[in-house]
Amino acid sequence: MSGAFRISNAGRLTPARTARFTFDGKAYTGVEGDTLASALLANGVHLVGRSFKYHRPRGFLSAGAEEPNALVEIARDSARKTPNVRATVQELYDGLSAKSQNRWPSLSFDVGAVNDVASPFFSAGFYYKTFMWPKSAWKNLYEPNIRSAAGLGVAPDQPDPDHYSSRFAHCDVLVLGGGAAGLAAALAAAETGVRVIIADEQAEFGGALRFESGARIEGQGGWAWAQGIVAQLKAMGNVRVLSRTTAFGYYAQNFVGLVERVSEHLADPGHDVPRERLWQVRAKRVVLATGAIERHMVFADNDRPGVMLASAARTYLNHYGVAVGRNVGVYTANDSAYGAAIDLKKAGVNVAAIVDLRDNPSGTLIDQARAAGIEIHDGRAVTRVGGKLRVSSMTVQPKNGGGERTIAIDALLMSAGWTPSVHLFSQSRGKVAFNEDKRFVPGTYAQDCVSVGACNGTDGLAASMDEAYAAGTKAAKEAGGKATKVSKPKVDADEIWSRGMLGSAPGAGPDTTVKAFVDFQNDVTAKDIRQAVREGMRSIEHVKRFTTNGMATDQGKTSNMHGLAIAADMLSKPIPEVGLTTFRAPYTPVTFGAIISHARGPLFDPTRRTPMHGWAEKHGAVFEDVGQWKRAWYFPRAGEDMHAAVNRECVTVRKTAGLFDASTLGKIEVVGPDAAKFMELLYTNPWEKLEAGRCRYGIMLREDGFIYDDGVVGRLAADRFHVTTTTGGAARVMNHMEDYLQTEFPHLNVWLTSISEQWAVIAVQGPKSRDIIAPLVEGIDMSDEAMPHMSVREGKICGVPTRLFRMSFTGDRGFEVNVPADYGQAVWEALWAEGQKHGAAAYGTEAMHVLRAEKGYIIVGQDTDGTVTPNDAGLDWAVGKKKADFVGIRGLTRLDLVAKGRKQLVGLRTKDPRVVLEEGAQVVDNPNQPIPMKMIGHVTSSYWSENCGRSIALALIAGGRDRAGETLYVPMPDKVIEVEVTGMVFFDEKGERLNG
Amino acid sequence: MLLIRCPYCEEERPELEFRNAGEAHIARPTDIAAISDDDFEKFFFIRQNPKGIIYERWRHLHGCARFFNAVRDTVSDKFVMTYKAGEPKPSKLPGVSK
Repeated sequence: MSGAFRISNAGRLTPARTARFTFDGKAYTGVEGDTLASALLANGVHLVGRSFKYHRPRGFLSAGAEEPNALVEIARDSARKTPNVRATVQELYDGLSAKSQNRWPSLSFDVGAVNDVASPFFSAGFYYKTFMWPKSAWKNLYEPNIRSAAGLGVAPDQPDPDHYSSRFAHCDVLVLGGGAAGLAAALAAAETGVRVIIADEQAEFGGALRFESGARIEGQGGWAWAQGIVAQLKAMGNVRVLSRTTAFGYYAQNFVGLVERVSEHLADPGHDVPRERLWQVRAKRVVLATGAIERHMVFADNDRPGVMLASAARTYLNHYGVAVGRNVGVYTANDSAYGAAIDLKKAGVNVAAIVDLRDNPSGTLIDQARAAGIEIHDGRAVTRVGGKLRVSSMTVQPKNGGGERTIAIDALLMSAGWTPSVHLFSQSRGKVAFNEDKRFVPGTYAQDCVSVGACNGTDGLAASMDEAYAAGTKAAKEAGGKATKVSKPKVDADEIWSRGMLGSAPGAGPDTTVKAFVDFQNDVTAKDIRQAVREGMRSIEHVKRFTTNGMATDQGKTSNMHGLAIAADMLSKPIPEVGLTTFRAPYTPVTFGAIISHARGPLFDPTRRTPMHGWAEKHGAVFEDVGQWKRAWYFPRAGEDMHAAVNRECVTVRKTAGLFDASTLGKIEVVGPDAAKFMELLYTNPWEKLEAGRCRYGIMLREDGFIYDDGVVGRLAADRFHVTTTTGGAARVMNHMEDYLQTEFPHLNVWLTSISEQWAVIAVQGPKSRDIIAPLVEGIDMSDEAMPHMSVREGKICGVPTRLFRMSFTGDRGFEVNVPADYGQAVWEALWAEGQKHGAAAYGTEAMHVLRAEKGYIIVGQDTDGTVTPNDAGLDWAVGKKKADFVGIRGLTRLDLVAKGRKQLVGLRTKDPRVVLEEGAQVVDNPNQPIPMKMIGHVTSSYWSENCGRSIALALIAGGRDRAGETLYVPMPDKVIEVEVTGMVFFDEKGERLNG
Repeated sequence: MLLIRCPYCEEERPELEFRNAGEAHIARPTDIAAISDDDFEKFFFIRQNPKGIIYERWRHLHGCARFFNAVRDTVSDKFVMTYKAGEPKPSKLPGVSK
């Protein structure tokens, strides 16, 4: 037997298919198809958690997604621990292990419960008032202590070993909610042939038919009908049926986020299936059939374990075959609780009494209850309940006062009425309207969607299904469906219940100090809401934040309307004037895993590797990340640290030669009759007169006159330029060029092609560079006369095509060998073999940085920061003075760009040559001035230069070039470093080595 | 995620394929080197940032890669229409009164 409270012949589960599980270490047996909640209730367990603030013992309030109390930790292993799982939606599987939260040392004896006694000190807004001073104590004392005492579950401390997936989907009609209304709408739409997706958060479709024993459709029970329709929909090629799938967010233009729990319910999911799947669905039309959520009654100690929603008790009985007690009481303000009482009575559970707040209630259900012999106390209220870890009695009193009577019970079912679930409608930016039944229902629509059934405030099964079927047909037609003969399902028997009450019931009155809970998850009572109004909160938005009502992870699914009604009552205003807070995504909590999906670890961002990456790896390169690229940083030999390796690489390049992988450079081919005109407009330099076969260093500005990018450009032919950009600038330079070509200069006949990944680039730099390359080259005369510095030739190397640039980023004789990417590694290996004959080294990006800094060559983005002009960088020579136009020409003459005292790029030499400055360090001219000191610039590049035998640095300094020879100071935490302002060239100032 | 109609591809594509490129109908002066500081300020720095209808440029970056113009309502975040680069500012907007 799977629990003493399992009732034979009740429910839809198969008792023989048992599943074992543990809760707080104790072993229990449930049945396949149970939720953790129903399985625990079957074993008589009501106490499952402690509340957030007062550590009050808590049980199950609901049987669904709205559950505020029964939050547990589910652990599959040490890494797979999920906190704050609602026991009412977690499906049972064999071996499930659950733990209660927020209690110490045990669930039944929790030290933190002292908060309940001390609660007068913790009233609404107490955080805001109590911890105001001293100011520093908030950070060091209050916040850490509050954080450790508050909160619910504990986040897992290991990486998530599960995998998640994600899908995009499109459909004509998306139906959200798989109750009677949703199924009717989906059926109607599907019959027209359009593409339909229907999703429901439960394991099985049927919604409220799970408990509504009175419903009969098409000659069968409501639940059986629903299962038949689901089977019918699944068999249709144009319908996708998603169970265990929650629509958590409704975004612009009918874009809806769904999360499907693929394997949370499986004992051993294996590694083939994802844990969850994110669906991003774009629908032409959306049908919202999200139902309604029952509200609790607000009275003293209404949070005791065993006190729950009537529909929940009815679900546990009719679906799971579990009685929530043996002697239950009912407290209601509407008819629906009667259905629960009647069903329980029929199943053999004693119903001690129904307490109905209404005077002389009447109707079919009330008559049936009377006929079943259930005592009905109308016009009365439950003013309090007895029992602490489990409800033991209810005290009943006429609602206007009078004699009390205490009735022994072991569970209390309550219903204050039903709140339409307008969450997704509200997320779609639709405006709700407050109707005559005192319900917020969909009012003005903002998107192509429609609400049907209980979420639209429609009462009764027949009316809901009629409305849904019509809406499904209409939505399908609007989405392009063909009209068909309809087969609208016929409702044979119905349960109709509506209305109820909002706010607190008698017994939670203004003059009491009792705890009548409005929001269970955040421990907000009716008194707290009244206090918020007394303390001056007028808008519901303020009341909500002051009390935290509705701000827990359940988003106030059961509490919002009660809180609003109490505030409105205090303010003597109609409810709509106090306002309803906005519902925001997600409807229920969504895991980070589902949102991140595959995009984590190595798949978080693409990794770009050059064609020579494998060679570098084999030769022990240490890599650095440059954007998405992996670049060889340095090539340490045995026993070398980074410093030693970089020094050796730098010295070798200048002594013999070095090979460097420059493939990551951005490369753009600018082609067409107007190519030179286009280049004139996009770069500061003159291009028209550059001969084919020659290169030029180009500077690109933004319209504001600041340096945007730079690079060497080779003119291959009159109508063809091979442009290089910085590694990081490749994409934005291409965008910048396309923008001007398409929108400002569309009259130019030019074609732009990104060729960054078509060409691998091997830089060979150093005195022996020509000797290394020449033996492998065919058809190019590499003599100084035929191929001077800054020229480009096309020919062959190792038998494959090459664009051979003679250029230098080191200041020594140098070449850049461009070859088709597929041949990159082969050509590199051939050059490496030649280089070995001369003692050449491979060098990485660090040595490249040092070598260019020795020559004062800038790196855009390191020595410039988007506020540096060519003049600031000492590159005025690269701006064509005779040009009539180029992008940035007007920006360069702006007042502040020609003003004196601008920061200029200069060299810095430390007085002590061994001291290497920190990049980013601030520079001052007087180290003895009071703090805060006036900073006149900062260090942009700084290295140890083995070739110079000292440290070198570049810095942006206000009026820098006029300060040559001046001593400046770099204050550091432990010392002040003296530096001298110099020119930017530290090595071979005359530039003789370019032809050396 | 918004759907944006590319006037070149002539179909609606998800926002992921596009990049915003700032306000539209700001032509670069042909004699830009000669314009006054005030005119340069208006051309380069001053933008409308309206509450309501905005004319802006978008690029179908991960599609045809063309720049085009769009009319969007900044209050509802809805696209009113899109049109090709170089076409004049539409005088009438579909579905917008006034």
